[in-house]
Formats: sequence, C-alpha cells, structure tokens
Amino acid sequence: PALGLFLFTIARDPLRIIILIAGAFFWLVSLLLSSLIWFIAVKASDPQDEPLQKGLLIFGVMFSVLLQEAFRFLYYKLLRKAIEGLVALSEDGCSPISIQQMAYVAGVGFGLMSGAFSMINLLADALGPGTVGIHGDSQLYFLTSAFMTMVLIFLHTFWGILFFHGCEHRRWWEIAAVVVMHLAVSGSTFCNPLYVGSLVPSYLLMAAAAAWAYSLSGGSTQNLRRFLLCK
Amino acid sequence: MTELSAHLPQFQHGQLTENFPDNHLSNTNDNSERRRHDNSERRRNDNPESETNGQPHNSTQQVVEQDEEEDEELTLKYGAKHVIMLFVPVTLCMVVVVATIKSVSFYTRKDGQLIYTPFTEETETVGQRALNSILNAAIMISVIIVMTILLVVLYKYRCYKVIHGWLIISSLLLLFFFSFIYLGEVFKTYNVAMDYITVALMIWNFGVVGMICIHWKGPLRLQQAYLIMISALMALVFIKYLPEWTAWLILAVISVYDLVAVLCPKGPLRMLVETAQERNETLFPALIYSSTMIWLVNMAEEDPEAQRKASKNSTYDKQAPANQTQNEDAEADDGGFSQEWQQQRDNRIGPIESTPESRAAVQALPSHSQTSEDPEERGVKLGLGDFIFYSVLVGKASATASGDWNTTLACFVAILIGLCLTLLLLAIFKKALPALPISITFGLVFYFATDNLVQPFMDQLAFHQFYI
Repeated sequence: PALGLFLFTIARDPLRIIILIAGAFFWLVSLLLSSLIWFIAVKASDPQDEPLQKGLLIFGVMFSVLLQEAFRFLYYKLLRKAIEGLVALSEDGCSPISIQQMAYVAGVGFGLMSGAFSMINLLADALGPGTVGIHGDSQLYFLTSAFMTMVLIFLHTFWGILFFHGCEHRRWWEIAAVVVMHLAVSGSTFCNPLYVGSLVPSYLLMAAAAAWAYSLSGGSTQNLRRFLLCK
Repeated sequence: MTELSAHLPQFQHGQLTENFPDNHLSNTNDNSERRRHDNSERRRNDNPESETNGQPHNSTQQVVEQDEEEDEELTLKYGAKHVIMLFVPVTLCMVVVVATIKSVSFYTRKDGQLIYTPFTEETETVGQRALNSILNAAIMISVIIVMTILLVVLYKYRCYKVIHGWLIISSLLLLFFFSFIYLGEVFKTYNVAMDYITVALMIWNFGVVGMICIHWKGPLRLQQAYLIMISALMALVFIKYLPEWTAWLILAVISVYDLVAVLCPKGPLRMLVETAQERNETLFPALIYSSTMIWLVNMAEEDPEAQRKASKNSTYDKQAPANQTQNEDAEADDGGFSQEWQQQRDNRIGPIESTPESRAAVQALPSHSQTSEDPEERGVKLGLGDFIFYSVLVGKASATASGDWNTTLACFVAILIGLCLTLLLLAIFKKALPALPISITFGLVFYFATDNLVQPFMDQLAFHQFYI
C-alpha cells in the first residue's frame, strides 16, 4: 500500500520526490544517531546480562523515537525555509507546493524509510529456505511483521501531517500528542510476541490518527460520503 | 567574459576511469566529465555566437536581458525536474549493479587483482593490510592523475584523433568484451543453455548499436540506456577486482582528487573545461550522460515552435562547420549536448536521427531569433565517472556489508541526497562543480555507520520484533 501511495501521489511531481528522499534521509540520520547511542551503551555495559541488554534495547527504542520526532521537527524547519525560497522564486507568488502536501510527503518519506529498514532484511530472508518459528517462536512472524510495518508507515504519514499542522498553528499539544502516540506504538511492540497487545492498539491508534489528519486537512464526513458513493 | 564562459555546455569535470581488461596491457582511460546545470541565459548567449548565418540578432539581445531575470527564477523551479532527470539514471545504474551483485556470484568472487593494484590484501597483520591498501590506492590515483593530465595535454594540443581513437577503443572494449563476460556469467547463474552463435549475434548487435548510439547519433533514450549499461559494467569490474580496503580508500581519495582537480585553477579538469570553452566546443561524447538532446526535426513537422527549434538547430549546426578543424565526431554528436529538453519532443516528434537530408532541410528553414524559446529546455549533464563511482559504492555496500539491504538502502539514499545538494550548489554557483565529493562522503559515512552501528541495533530490534 505504501508503494501505491508513492506511485499515485508522489511520483508525478519531481519536487515531491525530492522531499520524499530528503525525508527518508532525515529519518535515516535520526536512526543513525540513536543506534550510535545504543551502541555506546551496549559497549559500556555487560554483554552477558540478558535483562540488562533488553532494558538497554528498550531504552534505545525510546530514545530513537524521541530522536525521530526531533528530526521531524528539524525537517519541518527546513521545509519552512524551502517554502519561502520557492515562493520567492515562483512566477505567481505562491509556492508550487503547499505545506500540507509537504507534510504528507515528509510523512511518507519517514514511513517508507522506517518500513524499508524494518522489512527488507526480513523479505530477503523470506526468499530463502526455512521454517518460520522453528524454535518455538510465533509462526506468524512474517505476517505480523508485515502488518506492523504497514501500520507504521501509515502512522508516520499521519504523524507527519499532524506534526506539521501543529507546528504551523503553534499548537504544542498536537505535537505532544504525536510524540506520545509514537511512544505508545513503539511501546506496544514490546509486548511482542503477544501480538494482540501490539497490533490491535496500533491499528486503533492509526485509525484515530487517520481521522484526525483527515479532518485537519479539510476533509469532512460529507466529502467522505461523496467519495465513497462516487458522486 | 561571462558570455563566453557561459557559452558551452559546461561540464563538471570528473576523474578518469580506466578500463581494465583482465590481461590486457593497453591503458585506455576515459575522462569522465561532470555535469553542469544549464541556465537558459547561457543558451540565450549561445545565439549570438551561433548565428553565423547572418541572422539579425539584435532582438535576441533585448530578449536576453529580459529573460535573464525570469530565468533566474525559473532555474530553481525547474531545478526539481533536473534533479529527477538525474535521479532516474543514477538509480537505474545502481539498481542494475546491485541486482547483478546479488544474483551473479562471479562479481563477488575474488579472482585476482588488476595490475594497477599489485599489493594483495590477504596479509597476516592489519597493519600490513592497511599499508598495502594505501599503496594500492596511491598507485591507482597516480595512474588516474597521469591519464587525466595526458588527456588534457592531448586536448590542448589538438590531437583530437588520438583522443578519439582512444575513446573508441575503450568503448569498443567495454561494449564487446565486458558485456560478453557479463552475459556469460548471467547465463551461468541462471543455468541457461546458449550456443555461441546466438551469443555472437547478440553481442555483435548490442555492441554495434552501442557504438553508433554513443559516438554518433541515436535516440536519446537509447543513448542514455547504453551509457547506463556501460557505467554499470565498469562499476562491476571495479567491484570485482578491487580488494576491500583499497576500494574504500580509492573512493575517498578520488573524491578529494575530484574536488581539487575541478576547483583549483591549475587543476587538469578545470583546464580542460576552460580550453573547451575557449574553443567553443563540446566535450567528448562518450563520457557524459546528458539528459536532453537537440531536436532534429522531421521535415513534416509543422509546429511553429518546432520550427523555431529547428532553426536553432540549424544555427547550431552551422556553427559546426565553422569548427571543422576539430573532431568531426564530437560535432556530429551535437545531439548529445545541446540544452534542449526533450519532453515535448516525445510527444510530437518521431524519429530523431539526423540524416543528412533532414539536416539539409532543417538548415534550409528560415532561422528566426529565438525570442520565445521554451524556458524548460534545459538539460543537465553528469559525467559517466560519477555514475560509475556511485554504483561502485552501492555495489560494494551490497556485496560486502553485514547489514546487507539496510546498508545498501542507506547508501543509496545518501548518494541521492548528495546529488541533490550538489545540484543545488550548482544552481547557486553556476560553474563547473565536482559531483563526487559530497555524495561519496555521505555514502561512505552512511556505509560505515550503518554497517557498524545501525546493523546490530536493527538486528536486535527485529529479533525481538520491536518497532521504532
């Protein structure tokens, strides 16, 4: 689905592609820094201690979430400057791309990158021989990974919209809500392999975020009804 | 003089890439120049010089001033399109290289090293290995420097035949020999039975069409495709025959060299660009990837805009005979180097080959001054060496990284972002810039960082199925 999003909405306009790749880049940098921190922490600690390692991992995840949001903010700042530049350069005084579109594309960029990083090694291994969950782990590993990744990609997209909207209108509570949601989603994955604990809340949160973002972008129930009934 | 300096398709000069036949003794080097973002103001300034057929170009002057401001604004607006026009081929090249590396094991087997890198890396101690790789890199870089200087000297003293022969031999080698090996390996991997006759026919066709496309004329897409293919082949050769540390060192040193060679006043590549500008010539056809092409209009085309373009072509072509003393081939390959954009062309015009008849017909058309040229006609050029080294980086990442696809993806994104930034700088500075340093730096940083830092993190996360 994310690829479909990309193809239909982004691939046409070159500016959006650039914003997408830049968004992916920012996510990547945030990942880099967070893994640097984690790596240092791991090296500084005892490798044999299992719970400690897991605790460190959890700490790493949380830190990474915070860093991702921080980089989203930085990216927002960059895009603001870029919009001013584009407005100055365009012929008719208005930017060729609006901040909401940028928010959307940035969100997709983040999402795609995070999804890609989560899934791609999995996919590569999935091509090879083997049995899922042979050591007593869940047999649904691949399926749940796929679903989780998809939900994360969508969530990143919606968070992008919400976040940028919050920054635009200076509503700090919106930004805080996004951060909290992200933390919640990541936190819920800690209950894996108890998949009920992670997938269900994530999907619920995604639905909520989707509705919120939709309403923020100017949609309404009438639009939705008209769209669904193809009026 | 700004006009003259702005006149030519300016190229960012690249470094030399070498064709390495395995056992061959001849040294063929390709000088790959870099790309250059064209302003339409340069093209407007083209018109006064290119109008050797006595067209009144007073009107162009006024148009020039008036259009200059608009074009400044339009530069960045259309900048996005140009960036994409370069993204696509770079991506394609990288995809081809990665796909090959992943599937065909030939390119990751260590089958020996080139004569340019005589020191082996399988030594006992780390220090010895480091030393060997440094020496290897030094030898390679010095070979490249020597070749660049040789090329510049040849160019300066107008030994065009030599340069041309050199280029032709090297592209022959690439197109026939390397693609033969490549095809053979692909067949081996997929266990496809093939007889020699079919292979000979295929390679012959591929090679001959390639030679024609690259050195002479051909449809733009085909020429681009061929350039991408030979870049990929070259990159594969590098990946195969350069040992680990040497490869990374070479990448790093080459980007430094590139920076120096293009920006320093006495740098060989810069001298090449300036000499080419002084002589109002285009540079070598086989070494640059161009995203646009001159319009060579069919006679039947009645669109007035196309006619204007045709007239521009005619003026451009008429300039060519004036420079007849220089290499005919480069002039004949004008097709690769004008700044027309070919988007509308795809919609309207069919075949693009400039047969002598169509050229004569085109030249017979009345030439107006280009008062209302489409401001979208701008192209970007990137040197083939850049393609090759980007692909080498990504290919090496996918071949030897423990993080596998993560690392590959990270390097890919890093290189694209570097390319974006370089193009942005190009739009700001408007002169020849090296395309390698920024991208390669990002790529290297990301490769090492992802491989060592991110990979364990992601592994652990995937193991526990945590998501960040």
